[in-house]
Amino acid sequence: MKSRQAPLIQVTGLTAAYGNEIVLENLNFSVDSGEIFVILGGSGCGKSTLLKHLIGLYRPVAGQVLIDGIDLHEAEGDLRLRLLRTMGIMYQQGALFGSLTLLENLCLPLEELSELPETARRLLATMNLALVGLAEHPHRYPAELSGGMRKRAAIARALVLGPRILFLDEPSAGLDPVTSAEMDRLILRLATNLEMTCVLVSHELPSIFAIADRVIMLDRNSRGIIATGTPEDLRHSNNRTVAQFFSRGASG
Amino acid sequence: MNRHRNQPDGPGATLKVSGEEGDITLTLSGRLDLAGITILWPQVCDLIDRHQPRHLCLAVEDVDYCDGTGVGLLLDCERRTTDGGGTFELRGLREEFARLRSQFDLAQLNRLPKSDPRPNSLPEATGRATVQTWRALWDLVTFTGELSVALLRALRRPRSVRWRDVGLTVEKAGVDGFPIVALLSFLVGLIMAFQAAIPMRQFGTEIYVANLIGLATLRELAPLMTAIILAGRSASAFAAEIGTMKINEELDALTTMGLEPVPFLVVTRVLAALLVTPLLTLFANLFGLLGGSVVLLSLNYPLVTYIRQVQSAVTLGDALGGLVKSLVFGVIIAAVGCLQGLRTETGASAVGHAATRAVVSGIVLIVIGDGVFSVLYYYLGV
Ligand SMILES: Nc1ncnc2c1ncn2[C@@H]1O[C@H](COP(=O)(O)OP(=O)(O)O)[C@@H](O)[C@H]1O
Ligand SMILES: [Mg+2]
Repeated sequence: MKSRQAPLIQVTGLTAAYGNEIVLENLNFSVDSGEIFVILGGSGCGKSTLLKHLIGLYRPVAGQVLIDGIDLHEAEGDLRLRLLRTMGIMYQQGALFGSLTLLENLCLPLEELSELPETARRLLATMNLALVGLAEHPHRYPAELSGGMRKRAAIARALVLGPRILFLDEPSAGLDPVTSAEMDRLILRLATNLEMTCVLVSHELPSIFAIADRVIMLDRNSRGIIATGTPEDLRHSNNRTVAQFFSRGASG
Repeated sequence: MNRHRNQPDGPGATLKVSGEEGDITLTLSGRLDLAGITILWPQVCDLIDRHQPRHLCLAVEDVDYCDGTGVGLLLDCERRTTDGGGTFELRGLREEFARLRSQFDLAQLNRLPKSDPRPNSLPEATGRATVQTWRALWDLVTFTGELSVALLRALRRPRSVRWRDVGLTVEKAGVDGFPIVALLSFLVGLIMAFQAAIPMRQFGTEIYVANLIGLATLRELAPLMTAIILAGRSASAFAAEIGTMKINEELDALTTMGLEPVPFLVVTRVLAALLVTPLLTLFANLFGLLGGSVVLLSLNYPLVTYIRQVQSAVTLGDALGGLVKSLVFGVIIAAVGCLQGLRTETGASAVGHAATRAVVSGIVLIVIGDGVFSVLYYYLGV
């Protein structure tokens, strides 16, 4: 079934740069619907940059990103809005609005993008907070939360509009192993129960083995993808950098 | 050709109502996503609240798609029915949506805190405000003490001061602030001279505009204007800088390194302000007088006459009095800015609040200080 469909996200010849400094060069890959797709790579190799290109925040220097066959930069008006609404995004630092409480953070997109009644908005917001285990603290401000709680709140906000594709930038970095495992379960639950497609940046080997359907690994020196496949494929890869990454993780 | 399978541009969601009073069946079909439920939610809520059914059956066999927001609608139907004392039945929810539905526990949602626990009653708010004011006062006293000690220590051991930082602050607060101080002083001198010249001309006494400008500028306007501009430019900047450092735990880092924030951050800024304010005030004097001269020149008085008149009107005491005042204003500006920065609370708007408080309380304190100086100078005969 899956393989016959056109891929949900299609990246062709993507080159990303800040000014004159090229970070990623000529990337080609695709993400299928319902897949948990992991972007792997050392610090500063351009994972966040790639994610921001996938969601159309930055315009590629060359190549394009198609989501559902549509280029976000070509799409205009209603089509663009609809496309944006199918994506839920968790930024690396959470990007919660500091002057709003958690509940208000989640209600904001509902308030601005739908005509739902107040009680409905609150219920949806609370539901999603409960989903990430934060329902006890709806009236706290982001500054009053720990880093892990902030990350979970950011996921809840990404989920609140019912997206089909979830983009997560390092959802489990900086979390304790238990919370990190909970995060994995949450992502798995979302992906299996909702056929939600997840594209996530991660470093946690256990979590990659637990949830990833497919992994690509970026490298800073070659500015491109050095390995792609299932986590098992990568573990047995011949590439030295890849092998190093996986063996270092395995040994501690 | 089925690429847009999941695009929410399908037929949307529809609602069919059947059954009699008290026993209602709602048949939902289509897509329960944000677009769909936006249409359905108000209708459904209204129906349930109006009829208060004993039994509500939600038939969802024909729902093709349901995401988290759709589940929200299902949960709300259940909540409203059971809250009204009725029984709820969900019929024909597809396996994959049921799994999603099972992620949410209605009982748990109902147990959650409903209202914001923050204070809104008048006595409570008054109490909190009182405590806050008391704390602010206490902070002010502590801070003044700490600052005095730190300044004395800096005077005794000048090499312990980070003069590089002082220099940088002098540049930012003084050099960069010079054009605006010059411009505003010039304009105020000009405007005041112009306004005064019109009525005084009727009596042929327009030459005394020079006396007015000379006295007012040196004694009051130049120190005050300079201080207010510095409060707007620099007190807010100090508060924002230190506030941001506090939010980023940089102050904690300093403290754990054994560097106290007050000597390390505040003393340099206070010293910089002590250097900068009198200098800027001197320039403000000059440009204020220049502004006044323009009016008299336009009334065909030669520049020499204006200068002579000013010289005869003001004494060195007037000028020095203004400069001494500006020294005190400088300390107030820097200290208030740093204090508000150190008192920054957590949160994104906190730094903004700190900067605002720095400017407002800075200006208030400057004006109060100016009043004190007026009384003092009167009795001292300056
Ligand atoms: N806004 C920016 N301007 C210039 N260079 C940037 C910017 N953001 C990131 N970079 C550079 O791009 C590279 C990739 O960054 P990033 O995508 O954030 O890495 P990571 O893989 O750790 O998420 C880094 O070398 C970084 O210095
Ligand atoms: Mg990153």
